[in-house]
Amino acid sequence: MLKVLICVAQRDLLLAFRRRSDVFSMLSFFIIVVSLFPLGVGPEPAMLQSMAPGILWVAALLASTLALNRLFAYDFADGTLEQMLLTPEPLTVIVIGKVLAHWIISGLPLVLLAPLLAVQYGLPGDAVLVLFYSLLIGTPILSLIGAIGAALTLGTRGGGVLVSLLVLPLYIPVLIFGAGAVGAQASGMGAGANLLLLGGVLAGALALTPWTTAAALRISLE
Amino acid sequence: MTTANMNNPISGAKESNRFHWFKYAAPNNFYDLAGRLIPWVTVIAVLLTIVGMYIGFFVAPTDFQQGDAYRIIFLHVPAAWMSMFIYMVMAFWAALGLAFNTRMSSMMASALAPTGAMFTFLALWTGALWGRPTWGAWWVWDARLTSELILLFLYIGFMALQASIDDVRRADKAGALIALVGVINVPIIYFSVQWWNTLHQGSSINMKSAPTMAKTMLLGMLIMALAFWAYTIAITLYRARCIVLEREQQSDWVKAAGEKL
Repeated sequence: MLKVLICVAQRDLLLAFRRRSDVFSMLSFFIIVVSLFPLGVGPEPAMLQSMAPGILWVAALLASTLALNRLFAYDFADGTLEQMLLTPEPLTVIVIGKVLAHWIISGLPLVLLAPLLAVQYGLPGDAVLVLFYSLLIGTPILSLIGAIGAALTLGTRGGGVLVSLLVLPLYIPVLIFGAGAVGAQASGMGAGANLLLLGGVLAGALALTPWTTAAALRISLE
Repeated sequence: MTTANMNNPISGAKESNRFHWFKYAAPNNFYDLAGRLIPWVTVIAVLLTIVGMYIGFFVAPTDFQQGDAYRIIFLHVPAAWMSMFIYMVMAFWAALGLAFNTRMSSMMASALAPTGAMFTFLALWTGALWGRPTWGAWWVWDARLTSELILLFLYIGFMALQASIDDVRRADKAGALIALVGVINVPIIYFSVQWWNTLHQGSSINMKSAPTMAKTMLLGMLIMALAFWAYTIAITLYRARCIVLEREQQSDWVKAAGEKL
């Protein structure tokens, strides 16, 4: 089973590598959104510092929803997804492999880029470290939960906005704990509780969402 | 079992001595039952509303803190209760539809969603109208208000997903899945929002209402809740009948019913 997982993940990574512009456009979106907020609310440093965790997390959320349609749509379009459903291998393993590749492609760059952007907002060093950890734990959760939305909306007329509408309410606990961790660290309370809760959500998502995504794929492909 | 019992298992012929659990899973049986129930439930809903409103406006005493502005509670709290209750019921029918593959269950779930969304919106709207004179703010990011807003998003997501899929059975199942994911997430969302709110306790507005409420106020709220429940049943049955007619339009009994009109 591990072989199947690695095989699926490798395939997705290779395909994404051949179409690198997708990743870069999502990252550019993230950078632009983060840069838009100070233009909207004003450059006052103290205010930006207090708003930074929330803004960075919301921008990460929005950028992840942009990347979601790449998870299943291309395979759905050329028939590979149907073959994946027909294999004797468990569909949950295939889903985990695809989500893993998706996270490496779209979540990990966000994790690595966010500390740089946090400097733009003047976040102190320890808060930036907590931001890194919170995104490191949080972005896999976003990929896992987003996979459910991506699987349900395969081939529908709604477009990318429908996935966002479905998935953003489910992202809210992740946002609260993630941004809360950084905010708690910045205000001196310590990020431990929030990060632990985030870890709990990750554990729960890892256990439950692949099965739900597999069920959603079977519904979408009948 | 005699051969007489083998005939017409769905129509529940009187010679059968078994209770057929799936009798009303057949759209034509449901259509008839709903048609018989709707007038009665509507009458009950209207009566309960009149009684509840009377208690709310004339019997319940004036609150010593909030004056008469508190009376919107007789709409606000029952609407909030119904919004959450309907989501549970919707998820229940959606789960049944997924488990048993009965299309009538999914039609019930689809019929419940707009009413649930309406009550959620009503709760938010009346909450804002209540908040303005009492707290001085149209909206506060209190845990319960925020969770109610997220519940509205969940309802809208359900309806949007079902509207975006052309194949009706696929739409049923996809909506059912998102409803079930939502129902599992509602406690998580509520808990996390409560956590977020207590950590960021900026406003001094204490949302814990007084534990001792005048008995008449509580009675009024309960009666209004029952009235909203009766209304929900009536309107959902009516909407489900419309959905049945739309979906089953190719079947003989619908064509026969259409010719009778």
